[in-house]
Amino acid sequence: MNSKLTRRRFIKGVIFSGAAATTGTGVYLVASAQAGQAAAERLITLNINGRDRPVDVLPSETLAHTLRYKLDLTGTKIGCNRGECGACTVLINGVPNYACSVLTHNVKGKSVVSIEGVKSMDGTLHSIQQAFVDVNAPQCGFCTPGQIMSAVALLNNNPRPSREETRQALSGNLCRCGAYEHYINGVMRASGQIA
Amino acid sequence: MPSHDVMPNMELYQPVQVEDALAIADRLAERAWLVGGGQDTYGWLKDRAKSVDAMIDLSAIESLRGIRETSDGIEIGALTTLTEVTESEVIQQQYSLLSMAASRVASPQIRNIGTLGGNASQDVRCWYYRRGLDCYRAGGNLCYADTPQGMNREHSLFETSRCVAASPSDTAPALVALDATMVIQSSSGVRTVAAEDYFVGPANDIENTTVLRPGDILTAVRIPNTWANASFYFEKVADRNVWDFALVNIAAAFKLSGDTIQESRIVAGSVQATPRRVSNVENAIRGQSRSAATADSVASMATDGARALAHNGFKIPLMENLVKRAIIG
Repeated sequence: MNSKLTRRRFIKGVIFSGAAATTGTGVYLVASAQAGQAAAERLITLNINGRDRPVDVLPSETLAHTLRYKLDLTGTKIGCNRGECGACTVLINGVPNYACSVLTHNVKGKSVVSIEGVKSMDGTLHSIQQAFVDVNAPQCGFCTPGQIMSAVALLNNNPRPSREETRQALSGNLCRCGAYEHYINGVMRASGQIA
Repeated sequence: MPSHDVMPNMELYQPVQVEDALAIADRLAERAWLVGGGQDTYGWLKDRAKSVDAMIDLSAIESLRGIRETSDGIEIGALTTLTEVTESEVIQQQYSLLSMAASRVASPQIRNIGTLGGNASQDVRCWYYRRGLDCYRAGGNLCYADTPQGMNREHSLFETSRCVAASPSDTAPALVALDATMVIQSSSGVRTVAAEDYFVGPANDIENTTVLRPGDILTAVRIPNTWANASFYFEKVADRNVWDFALVNIAAAFKLSGDTIQESRIVAGSVQATPRRVSNVENAIRGQSRSAATADSVASMATDGARALAHNGFKIPLMENLVKRAIIG
C-alpha cells in the first residue's frame, strides 16, 4: 500500500465520538468504550459556496441542519425533512441532492453549493433567478430555493433543455402552490427559448 | 406519535476499505446500521422507529462503486447510484430492463445518491411497521394492517404470513428477471446468492427481507449475459410518477424467435414481500406468439392464488393487465 493511500485511509477513517482511542488495526480513531454515551461534535471544514467553512458537526447531523443552524445559511429550507419535498435541494459536486438526507460528514472534501452561492460575487442574480423573477414563477416561495438549485444543475448540463427535460429535472421538487408550469417557463426564459 | 426533526445522536464509522467495514460490521453486529445512500435509513432513524448505536457509512468505499464488464456479463458495485445505473451505456445497450427500472425510482435527487444495493434490499413499506408499532415484523404478535380498518391499499396479494407488507423496489424485480447474482461479503468470506433466493418472505423470516445478516455486506450484483439484448418490458404504476412507490410494477424479459417466445422472465413487484416471479405464465407462453391473444389467454393465471385484503383488491386486475402489456410489448 502506498503512503498516499494510507494517509487518505487514515484521515477518512476517523470516527466521531467523545473519547478517542485506536483499534487493534491502528486504522481508526474509535468511539468511546462506553456504549450509549452521546457522540460529540467534531470540528471539520466544509467547502460551501466556494469558501472553506470550519464547523462543529455531530456524527449523525444532516447537511440541511448544518447549513441552517450552524452556518446560518437559511436559504436552504427544510420542508418535510424526509427527502419527499425537495425544498432543501443543494448541489454536491454539482449534483442536486436533498440536504436533509445527506450526512454532513459525507460532504467533507466535496463542494457544496446552496442557494446563497448561486448569484455572482457582485450580487447579480443567476439567469435562473432573474428569469424566475421575470415570469413570477414562485407563488408562496417556500420551494423556490430548491427549484432554483435543480434548475441551475439542469442548465449546467443542458443549456437548452426541452420542456419535458425540464419537467424531469424539476420533478424532485414539490410545489404545493402548483406553480410548476411557471417554473418551467422560467427555465425556458433563462435558457433563451422564450422571451 | 411525536415527530422529530433531527437525527438521533449516534456514532459514525466511515471506512474506506471493505475489509475495515466488514470488521466493524462484524464487531458491532446488531448495534450498527450499514448505510449506502441512506435514503431509507434516515427515515427509520429520524422517526425513532428503529434505533442503533452507530452507522457504518459505506459511501467512501470506492471498490463498491462502478460498473465493470466481466467475461460473462457485468458486475455492478452495490453502491453504484441509481442515476449511474440509469445512464450507464452498457446497461442501456444490453440490459435496458435495469436502466428503465432504476430510472423510475423515487425522484432525481434520490436517484443521485440512492444505490442499487439499497434500492433492491430496502425494507417493506407498511405505515404501521414504519411508525414503530410492535407488529409481527417488529417482533410483536399482531398485524395492524390486515384488519377491517387497517390501511392496506399498498399491501400484499401473495405469500402473506402474519405480515402483509409488500416490498416496492423497482430494481429488485428487474434483477430477478435478469437472473442476477448477489455477491455478499462477511468476515468469513464471500458468498453468492441468486437474486431469486436473496429475497425472503415472512413465512421464512418475518424480520428480514433478504438473506443479509449482521456482519454481511452486499458488495456487488452480477448480471450474466443470459438475457443480454433480450426484448425487455418495464412498467411501474404508482399514485404519482415521482417519489411514490409502485402499487404494482412489472419487469419482463423475452427471448424471441421471429415473434415466437422461446423463453421469458416475468416478475412483479409490490405484490408480496419479495419480487414475484410469475413462473406459470412464463411456462404457458413458451412457444406461443408474442401477441394480444396470447396475453389474453394467460393474464388471469398471473394472479392465481392471490388473496386480496380489504383495500388492495385493485391490485389483482392491475397485475393481470401489467402482465398482459408486458407480453404484448
